Amino acid sequence: MKFTYIKIIIIMLPFLLQAQTEMKGMAMIKSEDGKVSGLPGATVYWLGTNVGTTTNNKGWFTIKYKPEYKKLVFSFVGYRTDTVTVNEPTELHHFMQEEGTLDEVILKGEKKNTAVSYLQSANIVTINEGELLKAACCNLSESFETNPSIDVNFSDALTGTKQIRLLGLTSPYILIAQENIPSVRGASQAYGLTFTPGTWIESIQITKGAGSVVNGYESIAGQINTELKKPYNDDKFFLNAYANLNGRLELNTQFSQKVSDKWHTSVFIHGNQRTVKVDKNDDNFLDIPLAEQINVMNRWQYTDAKNGFVSFINFRYLKDDKQTGESDFNPRTDRLTTNSYGSEINTERFDTSAKLGYVFPETPYQSLGFQVAYSAHNQDSYFGLNQYEINHKSAYSNLIFNSILSNTLNKFKTGISFTYDAYEELVNSTDFSRNENSVGGFFEYSYDNLDDFSLIAGVRLDIHNLLGTFITPRLHIRYAPWDKGVLRTSVGRGKRSANIFAENQAFFASSRQLNILNTDGKIYGLNPEIAWNYGISFLQGFNLFGKKADVTLDFYSTIFENQVIVDVDQSPQQVLFYDLDGDSYSNNFQAQLNYELAKNVELRLAYKYYDVKTDYLKGKLQKALIPEHRFFANVSYETTKKLNGAQWRFDYTFNWLGEQRLPFTGSNPIEDRLPENVPSYSLMNAQVAKVFSSKFEVYVGGENLTGYTQENPILGAENPFGPTFDSSIVYAPILGNMYYAGLRFKI
Amino acid sequence: MKRLVIVLLVMVSCTLSAEAQKKSKTSKARFEVDGVCKMCKARIEKAAILTKGVKFAVWDVNTKELYCIYNNKKTSTLQIKKALAAVGHDSKEIKATDEVYSKLDACCLYRDGEVKKH
Repeated sequence: MKFTYIKIIIIMLPFLLQAQTEMKGMAMIKSEDGKVSGLPGATVYWLGTNVGTTTNNKGWFTIKYKPEYKKLVFSFVGYRTDTVTVNEPTELHHFMQEEGTLDEVILKGEKKNTAVSYLQSANIVTINEGELLKAACCNLSESFETNPSIDVNFSDALTGTKQIRLLGLTSPYILIAQENIPSVRGASQAYGLTFTPGTWIESIQITKGAGSVVNGYESIAGQINTELKKPYNDDKFFLNAYANLNGRLELNTQFSQKVSDKWHTSVFIHGNQRTVKVDKNDDNFLDIPLAEQINVMNRWQYTDAKNGFVSFINFRYLKDDKQTGESDFNPRTDRLTTNSYGSEINTERFDTSAKLGYVFPETPYQSLGFQVAYSAHNQDSYFGLNQYEINHKSAYSNLIFNSILSNTLNKFKTGISFTYDAYEELVNSTDFSRNENSVGGFFEYSYDNLDDFSLIAGVRLDIHNLLGTFITPRLHIRYAPWDKGVLRTSVGRGKRSANIFAENQAFFASSRQLNILNTDGKIYGLNPEIAWNYGISFLQGFNLFGKKADVTLDFYSTIFENQVIVDVDQSPQQVLFYDLDGDSYSNNFQAQLNYELAKNVELRLAYKYYDVKTDYLKGKLQKALIPEHRFFANVSYETTKKLNGAQWRFDYTFNWLGEQRLPFTGSNPIEDRLPENVPSYSLMNAQVAKVFSSKFEVYVGGENLTGYTQENPILGAENPFGPTFDSSIVYAPILGNMYYAGLRFKI
Repeated sequence: MKRLVIVLLVMVSCTLSAEAQKKSKTSKARFEVDGVCKMCKARIEKAAILTKGVKFAVWDVNTKELYCIYNNKKTSTLQIKKALAAVGHDSKEIKATDEVYSKLDACCLYRDGEVKKH
């Protein structure tokens, strides 16, 4: 009996295989006016075999297929020879490029490194993995250096922490989420971006302007969402090692494993350390702290496509220790004494989150999403004689229902969200502990006519124990008046409670007294920050000398109804916090050009103008340390990828920062006075990567190649316990040029 | 706060139950529509969804199958097929006129006879 089965199978085998032994496709060309047609007579063959054919008079071909055939080669005189990877013998349409024309080859799976969308209603820039590789180092805060929308600068001269700005506003005004769960907020505001290693990131979406109401009411300047690598399609093994000449070492290892048909898991392990004391400017202070971080994450992914379920479960533990201050500072003997000035910042954090998505199998336009997250963040720190401790426990939950109104052109999202934040905060033994909680409901409608018009209109109502009950409306409209031209506009409101100490930790490393002038508000005596953001943006794609180009003009305006003013202009010995009395706004104009200069050479140019003014006690001033004008350029060149993925990649970034106003120091003794303004300067970074195969690559690079540095980054460095000591006035790099090298290996 | 949660839950469940009641008027259909590529997919889905009464339409490039969910009081598969023929895509019952068909982009010309169904 068994034997007959086998016989039948053997007899049937050729027929069974027959169904799979051919594949079809078409070689196509696109003429200059955009007309698409078949290419007759082109040669199509499997790489490394004699199996080949030519296309018929319409451009169609049929070719023998075996599963071991993976690379299909297209060639024709006068056209570039292309090799296409075939995983399944499905119908393949391949565009051939004329030799000498340099249009991007349209291949499945090839993505632009940075993509602006012509189709989305909101102004969203997506940074993909390719772009992230350009910034070889090392974490989320350093991932924006080739992106002109985000400005990266230093928060202070002691911790070397990089701070980001969008539309001229610092990161607390940006909603920073990880897989749509707000992540860098509260206690993690100052260093949170350095807690996500760059190699964990799959892509980043930057939304300029109001953003969606689904993720909360806090965003004012925009939203940054990070998608991490997914266990389901991650590499089995990944290793990244990095070292720079200032003694920073980083090691990233990642493992992925299929557990069952439905479960996949990944383990991410990151460690970095800097054990070498660096003081190049001889001010007796470390230019960059000694540091040690261990960061471990475990992700689980459950996928049941048939029944419409997908789920993610994450656990993450982080320990980050920094030590900085005078080079002879010894924490054991000198901690909190005037023997020597020093600082330690020790952070421990635990995160867990779960997401569940369900698509109704009968009505695929309906789905439910549920997110729940918990984090515990504990920072113990001192800066000279100032002590700062914060313990922040946070819970977040969001339930989202997606469906349609009459058809899929009219979609909506609705749901409820819940947040709980418990802060235990000690500033020099003054207790600022508080609890915040909120519950809210949202409704977001989106319309798309699948052609030239789309909009997203959202509103949410939140009930918050300290911010009160309030409505958050947001609107995004997209209109495409002509081919490749897109006009976008947005308006929205945001509201948040300012965590004045966590967000302004830099001032602890100064002799400034921190004074809160208001007493009637509910958060540190201050009132919630409220702002409206208005934006208009125009994108036009075009061809210039036969090459692709696009130009974007953005204008955004953020107008504060209330803001917690951080005033460093009243006195160099004080920092004042008070509610806005008068006007405060940030106007930002940006013009950007992306252009394919030549084959595989991409150019990106941007000019940015910032008009950020606030009514301080002293009067209306441009915000200190924000240049009015900035210029950005990035050129990248990649050699054509060989079959095994081998290539060279070159990347160069140039930044010019215009004149900046410095905080007031005019009442200091003459040797500790800074000029009112500092002149413009420029910075350059470059990187070269040699890819040996899709599995292994090495890279070297340099930052701040011209070595421009700030002369006296720490005011009063010779007397750190004196009245003029201040490490918070940083307008330029502290370190000169810095070189690094690294490698990436994956299976 | 509790009240808000209740109100929102009621809102969501109302939408859900309203959907459930509509089920009787809601039909689903799967049928073959000729086409080749992703450009065809966009054209087919757009024509289908713009037909009054159609709630949802997805066309599979590999199987050439269109999956539709529609309100059977407002439209029928025949009407959807007419709309598809009007933009150049054949179905079993209704064929596009040669005039419309000839205006399709070259990569979308499925009538060549070269395209066999998988």
